[in-house]
Amino acid sequence: MSALVLNEFKVQKEKNPLFVIDAIIQRHNVDPGAAIPILQDIQSAFGYVAPEVLERVSELTGIWASELYSIVTFYSQFRMEPIGENLIQVCHGTACHLAGAEKITEALQHETGAHGGGTSPDGKFTLEKVACLGCCSLAPVITVNEETFGRLTPAAVGKVIGEVRKGKSDCAHDAPACGGGCPNG
Amino acid sequence: MAEYQVKIGLASCSIAAGAAKVYDLLNEALVQEGIYLQRTGCRGLCYCEPQVEVVSPEGKHYLYGNVDLANASRIVSEHIRGGVPVEDFLLQGPDLEGEAGGFLGRQQRFLLHNCGEIDPENIQSYLSAGGYSGLEKALALTQQEVIAEIKASGLRGRGGAGFPTHLKWSFASQAKGAQKYVICNADEGDPGAFMDRSILESDPHSVLEGMLIAAYAIGASVGYIYIRAEYPLAIRRLKVAIAQAKEHYFLGHNILGVGFDFEIYIREGAGAFVCGEETALIASIEGKRGMPRFRPPFPVEAGLFGRPTSINNVETFANVPRIIALGASAYSVYGTEASRGTKVFALAGKVNRGGLIEVPMGMTIREIVFEIGGGISSGKPLKAVQTGGPSGGCIPATLQDTPVDYESLKEIGAIMGSGGLLVMDEETCMVDVAKFFLSFTREESCGKCTFCRVGTEQMLRILERITAGEGKEEDIALLQMLGEKIQAGSLCGLGQTMPNPVLTTIKYFREEYEAHVRDKVCPAKVCKALIDYEIVQEDCKGCGLCVKQCPVGAISGEKKTPHVIDAENCLRCGLCVNSCKFNCIVVLSKPADVSQQNKKGQRVGVMN
Repeated sequence: MSALVLNEFKVQKEKNPLFVIDAIIQRHNVDPGAAIPILQDIQSAFGYVAPEVLERVSELTGIWASELYSIVTFYSQFRMEPIGENLIQVCHGTACHLAGAEKITEALQHETGAHGGGTSPDGKFTLEKVACLGCCSLAPVITVNEETFGRLTPAAVGKVIGEVRKGKSDCAHDAPACGGGCPNG
Repeated sequence: MAEYQVKIGLASCSIAAGAAKVYDLLNEALVQEGIYLQRTGCRGLCYCEPQVEVVSPEGKHYLYGNVDLANASRIVSEHIRGGVPVEDFLLQGPDLEGEAGGFLGRQQRFLLHNCGEIDPENIQSYLSAGGYSGLEKALALTQQEVIAEIKASGLRGRGGAGFPTHLKWSFASQAKGAQKYVICNADEGDPGAFMDRSILESDPHSVLEGMLIAAYAIGASVGYIYIRAEYPLAIRRLKVAIAQAKEHYFLGHNILGVGFDFEIYIREGAGAFVCGEETALIASIEGKRGMPRFRPPFPVEAGLFGRPTSINNVETFANVPRIIALGASAYSVYGTEASRGTKVFALAGKVNRGGLIEVPMGMTIREIVFEIGGGISSGKPLKAVQTGGPSGGCIPATLQDTPVDYESLKEIGAIMGSGGLLVMDEETCMVDVAKFFLSFTREESCGKCTFCRVGTEQMLRILERITAGEGKEEDIALLQMLGEKIQAGSLCGLGQTMPNPVLTTIKYFREEYEAHVRDKVCPAKVCKALIDYEIVQEDCKGCGLCVKQCPVGAISGEKKTPHVIDAENCLRCGLCVNSCKFNCIVVLSKPADVSQQNKKGQRVGVMN
């Protein structure tokens, strides 16, 4: 979905979420097997797929709500609850596991307060464990709002979270965020 | 005067290492010099990103690695303006068989020849490197001739199973049906594998061209690329490439005026590993839960929407245009008798030079790890190499002279897989590795077959018990028995191969399992229940840094006097080790009797 359309959706969704859902379905309804792309677009517009939304999608597409529910619960990409302001994905691929992804997760939980994964009590961070992000040579890796941070250490995690809290989002290439292991460090 | 040419690699890995900012800085400086800064994909030297290549007016090539902002400024001021190459971070130059020489020199870049050379977002760049000439040549041949050429090349499916590509195409071309499909499997789910991502980010047109040739050979008019949503840059570059290919009439109606029509659509995967299996992938494109079904009928007869469908992997497609353009023998000259050509591997783990490599089939593991990879990063001995991700096996260091080809790997219980090659040193606990893969496959089992669904859960519980120091004598045999039953009782490749990491680690590292079970010791000092953290009293300065780091307040001591860790409360998270500037926190094996006492009496319902 283009950024322009997304922005339009973001403005509209405050006023009338159904408008957004209807527009998304209209864009897809000619495609065979469109259920998954429709749900993906809904998630990128709202951040999650609310159970109420499934009924609307079902009404408009003729796909059973139970079938939509079975899709949303099968694929790990879909969330049925809203997420925090910042989405942090922690890579748990093999290279990251060997490089200490577990320690990075623990440090993240410690720093954000999102214990046991999920969303922090202040609603600022959602931690998600993901399978390989494909940046194995930079292990361990996390993404913060789709920006990748590599060669992390537990200490560097603290700095990354500090920067995000301060609202400085483009710190990926600064030495502190890379834990000094980064070529820029 | 001829000008300098400057290229910078911008793929996911490089951007994560800071290449975007280097690009901005270089671009601003080079515009003043009237030099165009060309963006390229990934050259594969992930261990020293970001990289910048400078080609002098005389045509000499200089490759710089680890280019941060300061280094980028030096390249501009000293090399471009001053004419003197900066030797400090030069990887390879005309007079320097540098460090990159070992990495690149031993490779055979047949398929990756464009990666890091051309601009992935500019079709002109691909065309000037000979792009779409394979398609032109193919369209002048008959369908059978195209398939015969692929047969002569010996190309086998690069997704892991190694099924001969020409056979798949020939079945699909013979299948009856007006509507046929080509699917590109870019659902690269194996943790530790990033070949497909890198190819799509660096040379997306080669995959489109491969799909076009396949579509022509089997008579398909619609293609889908099923790609992981976790690869946003690859998706973006594919979309750009598809739009450009349409503008240049390589996609659409009446391609190159021979009456051949073909369209390509992108479908983003929604995060299910099992969708790498072809029938599950088809179900997912059809908008269903991605669950495999029984074969036959095979997709070549009844695939997507019940129509004949040929599914190939990204790397397989990317090989096709070059094979057709240069002729089958240009490819079959590499490799072994049964495994022809080259294979791309994602070399990662405890290795000095990790990255994306392409080698002729049959190269040994030793050559890959030590000659290309530059040896073990920790300086400790090689312990094992893992191939094939969660479906593959661990190859012990004693078998490092095994040639990497389909047959040899199968013989020793491992598989080629999609191309992940993970290097492990003595700090790696093999039981922990097996547990890691199993917890991955347990999550990813779709739940259709009982043996896969329930068996993974049981195997994982046994492994958790073993790593917790609560293993029983019969557990190892139980794991083997369960593994064999799951292999026999599962419908798809996920279940059939899922026990491999456990079975191969038991086969080659049985003594490590026995140490966990009998002595309650983790020889690699990884398993938390079997280790203690301790502060070496003589070395501790009492600075208190570790006290601040400890999330549970388990470290105590007066300022400037040696501190101690309370083993009872310690989480064994290791944060203190990283914080200590004097390296005085050590990991010790827990004395056996203590670990017995620490059993919390938790019983897990494991089948006995």
